[in-house]
This record gives sequence, structure tokens and C-alpha cells, in this order.
Amino acid sequence: MSAASAQLNSTPTTAVTASEALPTAEQHGIKEHSDGRFGYVPVQTRSDRFKSVNVADFAAVTGREAVWKLSPVKKFADLTSGPLDGSVYPIDHTDVAGVRVDWVDRSDSRIGSAGAPEERASANAWSSFEQALSITISGEDAKEATVTRAALGSGARGAHTIIEAKPFSRAILILENTGEARLTENVEIILGESANLTVVSLQEWGDSAVHLTNHFATIGRDARLKHVVVTLGGSIVRVNPSVQLTGIGSDTELLGLYFADAGQHLEQQVFVNHVAPNTRSRVTYKGALQGQGARTVWIGDVLIGREAAGTDSYEQNRNLVLTEGTRADSIPNLEIETGDITGAGHASATGRFDDEQLFYLQSRGITEDEARRLVVRGFLSEIVQQIGSPLLEERLQAAVEAELTATEDN
Amino acid sequence: MSVLEIKDLHVSVETDQGTKQILHGVNLTINEGEIHAIMGPNGSGKSTLAYTIAGHPKYTVDSGSILLDGEEVTTMTVDQRARAGLFLAMQYPVEIPGVTVTNFLRTAKTAIDGTAPPIRTWIKDVRESMKQLRMDKSFAERNVNEGFSGGEKKRNEILQLELLKPKFAVLDETDSGLDVDALKIVAEGVNRAKENTGLGLLLITHYTRILRYIKPDFVHVFVDGRIAEQGGPELADRLEDEGYDRFLTESNVG
Repeated sequence: MSAASAQLNSTPTTAVTASEALPTAEQHGIKEHSDGRFGYVPVQTRSDRFKSVNVADFAAVTGREAVWKLSPVKKFADLTSGPLDGSVYPIDHTDVAGVRVDWVDRSDSRIGSAGAPEERASANAWSSFEQALSITISGEDAKEATVTRAALGSGARGAHTIIEAKPFSRAILILENTGEARLTENVEIILGESANLTVVSLQEWGDSAVHLTNHFATIGRDARLKHVVVTLGGSIVRVNPSVQLTGIGSDTELLGLYFADAGQHLEQQVFVNHVAPNTRSRVTYKGALQGQGARTVWIGDVLIGREAAGTDSYEQNRNLVLTEGTRADSIPNLEIETGDITGAGHASATGRFDDEQLFYLQSRGITEDEARRLVVRGFLSEIVQQIGSPLLEERLQAAVEAELTATEDN
Repeated sequence: MSVLEIKDLHVSVETDQGTKQILHGVNLTINEGEIHAIMGPNGSGKSTLAYTIAGHPKYTVDSGSILLDGEEVTTMTVDQRARAGLFLAMQYPVEIPGVTVTNFLRTAKTAIDGTAPPIRTWIKDVRESMKQLRMDKSFAERNVNEGFSGGEKKRNEILQLELLKPKFAVLDETDSGLDVDALKIVAEGVNRAKENTGLGLLLITHYTRILRYIKPDFVHVFVDGRIAEQGGPELADRLEDEGYDRFLTESNVG
């Protein structure tokens, strides 16, 4: 186990922002506990966390829970404890042969097959949704489909989505999110045998949006899931992918790209559970932070279970800090229950684009703005290039570009 | 003909102990095609002069001026100076994560010329220069200075010197940390650049070693933030024999 976090500027921000430059003492528990066991951390295997689909089974969120301790929980109490609107909402989607998009009842047999909530916002969504959005993929031909949510409104909402890739099917599925939202939701991703699915979750929300989502995936025998989280817009966005490699020879690649501006809180807690033998996982998340109070959190948990002989696993997180006043937490955790593995490793680094780098680039004739763009573009394009959809890659390069321009205007 | 004139330059730097004066009135004129060596003991202000010419924000020009063909340089931004034709080969070039050498060179060339270089000749030029500096092709796709050895970093600086074709280049301790083979390769690159473009060079060094391979027209001895003595190449030979003691004693007394 190892943990790394970087705090590059401890100057507290006085502006009211979504992120808290520092958690409060109360939230972090930075004081002597009454039981006198300050600093004691109970050992618990990652897969043993309490799970329930019923919101009432979770105590009220305090911000001290392991899953919430780095989140600004007070800013979205409505999503963890309030009543949620679980009704059907408007979506747009491309019409592609082999991709069926419809709404299904709570009784749909697939619901609950990929995972269950481990925290209250997730359970609240599960308890509240009226119908689940179902995206079913079939057919061996390569195809690309986009499902867009752009009009969720600013009321607190709970939602549920099922993505099922039938055995041997193949597709790239893009989930686009724009506009305003206060949303907590669960997304289940079910890959049948030898399915090959890329899911790209794109968070380009409006400035005040709050979005908490858990993606539960279960991967069948020899199937492959490429999961990409791109978060650029929104006030608080927390995307927690949790992948169970349950089929022998299953494979997952988890990619993430995030760009936090002033006041944004962007968080991702990634969990890969190697259940079956000969499974492979790669986790690569890269983020840039720019502006006062820009805050990112990455927690990467990998569990290699007792039966998962021959596992090949690697996870890494890289953060690029562009200005003062930001904070990036990066915590990789690796748990190994069998010695018979091919490889397991992790890496975390948080570096900053500093004055010396700027001076170097400027001394070669490059303007300050161009220097910044050059560095960020280079840093983030490693993720973009791996998505496998040329059109989307082009669009994302442009989005990153726009992000850079927007922050310059601030 | 281009000329770089440094006139009565006074420079200070902010330290924890307050403002510290480093340069106390430097006068120096470099014409196009000339090679000037600035030699001096550690702490004499040689590097400060180099970074002040390039415009590093750490250094404050208190008075005096730097003129490039009559244009005041000290009021220009760092990138404006580079576009005006100044180049600094740094002693400790920094790593630029996420930016490949290829991408960096093309961006810099485009910035300096004002237009993107024609792709075919540009690729040829880059390959040719890299080959002559004995840089492996794989360097092109590596991130700038990331994981480079000391010698590789210096070669990468000279690669930029050759490709960006400045009017005047300041080489700050380019010889430091190089073994004799690497030193020869780097010196060849500098001589080649001078032959091709006729640039003026300001060679900053502690040792005379590099002057065996790059022949200076003028040698200036730098002590305590100003030029203490000037002469031809013979002055370098004398320094090799005698060291800097003579100047240090003088400055201590004075």
C-alpha cells in the first residue's frame, strides 16, 4: 500500500468555491478521537465494503467516511439525503444498427447484476429512479453511438442506466453530458463473453452542475472494456468507476482525463477487482489544474483476489499543476491476495508547470500562452489518442484547447 | 551588420537576505561573427550576465542597457528577445513533460520565424543536425530533456542553436560536465552554426578547456560583477597557467 498526495499551495481560499482548498478539521478528523486510537486505520479488503441498494441502510453523510473524506459533502447534501426526482428525463441519441436505447422498469433482470451502492448518494439514486435507461449493444460489426443528456435541469435527480454488450458484440458508446444538473446516479455496464466495448463518459456540464456517478462494470470471459472518463465542465463532478474482472481472460483499460479550473472539484475513485485468473487491467488518469481553488482527487484501488492467478495490472495517475492555489490528491492502493501474478504496479506523480519551464520555452521565442498550451496539450493528448474514435479525439483536443482559452480569460 | 551592445549594466537579485547587487557596470560590444569568451571565477556574475541578456525574471536591471542593433532589449519580454535574435544555451536546461523534442522545435521555429517552416526541408534539417550532433533518432519523440543525461541536454541546446539560427547566442557553461568526446561534438556544432549563419557568440566558461575547440576572438576576465581585463586568445592561455588568483587579490584589496 502506498499513498501520495500533493498539496502545492496551502493558502486558504476565501472565495466561495465548490472545492475547499483544505478540508475542515472536523471533516478530516484532524483531532484526537475520544477512543484514544488516533491514526488507527482498520484493515478492510476493498471488496468487503458495506453495500446496499437501500438508502436507509446508510447513516447520514458526515464527510468523515472513507469514500467522502476528500469531497465537499456539504455542497450536495440534497443528493445524499434529500428526496430525488427519479422520473424519466429527455435524451438524444444517434440511431445506429445494433444499439437499442429505451427505458426499462425496475424489475428488469439486469439491474443489480454489475454492482451495488457503497455510499449514500449512490443508494439514494438507486432507491429513487422510476425507470432505467437501457442501452443494449449487439452485433459483431464495429459501430459508434452517442447518447446525450443536455436538459436535466437544476432540481436534485436520481437516475439509473444499464449498458449491456451482448456476447461477441463490438461498439464505442459515448455518453455526453452538458447543461445544468444536480444528479446522483448509477450506471451498470455488463459485458458478455468476448464483447469488446468502449464507454466514453464525457462530462462537459455547465458551471454550476453537480454530478455524482458510480459506474459498475462486470466483464465476462475474454471480454474487453475500455472505459474513458473525460471531465472538463461542472462545479462538482465525481465519477467512480468500479470494474469486476469476473470472466477468465477479461481485460479492462481505464482512462481518465480531467481539467480543473478555479473552484472546480473533480474527483474519481477507481476500483479494479481482479476476480478471475488471467485478467489484465491498465489504469491511466491524467489531470491538469489551473486557478484558485481548483481541486482534483484520484483514488485508485486495485485488488488482486485469491483466485486471480496470472493477473497483469498497472495503475497510474499524473497531475499537472499550472498555477498556485490548487490541490491535487492522488492515492493509489494495491491489495494482492495471491503471489502467482504476472505483474502489478502503480505510480503517481504530481508535477507543476513552473517558472523555469516557462522561461525555457519563452527563451525559444514561444509566448507565455502558447507555452502553457503546448505543455497541457502534450500532457493530456496521451489519453485522448487512446480513445480509438478519430472524430471524438479531434473534438476532445478542441475541447481541451477551449478549456485553456477559457481559463486564460478568467 | 548586427551588433549587441551592453552598456554600463547594473543588475541585482532579490535574496532572502534582501537585494543583492551582482553586476556593477558591465560594458561589452559583440559584433556579428565575433566570438567573445567571458571567463571568471565562481560567483563573479557570469551567469547573471547570461540570464539578464535572456531576460530571466529573477534578475532586475537597475541601470544601463542592452542594445540589439540599437533596439533596447531590457524592456522586451523573454520571448520577444528570442524572436529579435537572441539565444541562451543554458547550463541546466529544464525538463518539459508532455512536449516532444519534435513538437518543441517546430513550435519554437514557427514562433521565431513567424511562419511554420516548410515541412520537408524542416524534417531534413532536423535530421541532419541531430545526426551531426550524434543524437539518436529516438530523441525526436522523447519529451524535452526528460531523462536526458547531462551531455544529451547540452547537445539538445546546440541542436536548437543550429536550427533556430539566432543573431547572437550566449553559451552558459556549455562545457561543464562534458567529457572530451562530448565536448568536441558540442564545439563542432557551435562552429558549424557560426559558419552557417555568422552569428556572434558570447561564451561563458570557468575553464579554458572549451577554448581549444572554439577559438575566441576576444577574452574578457569577469571578476566581482564587472570586466577586470580584456585581451585576445593569449589571455586565456595566461589564465590557464595562473588561474584567477591575481584578479581575486586585486578585487579584495580594491
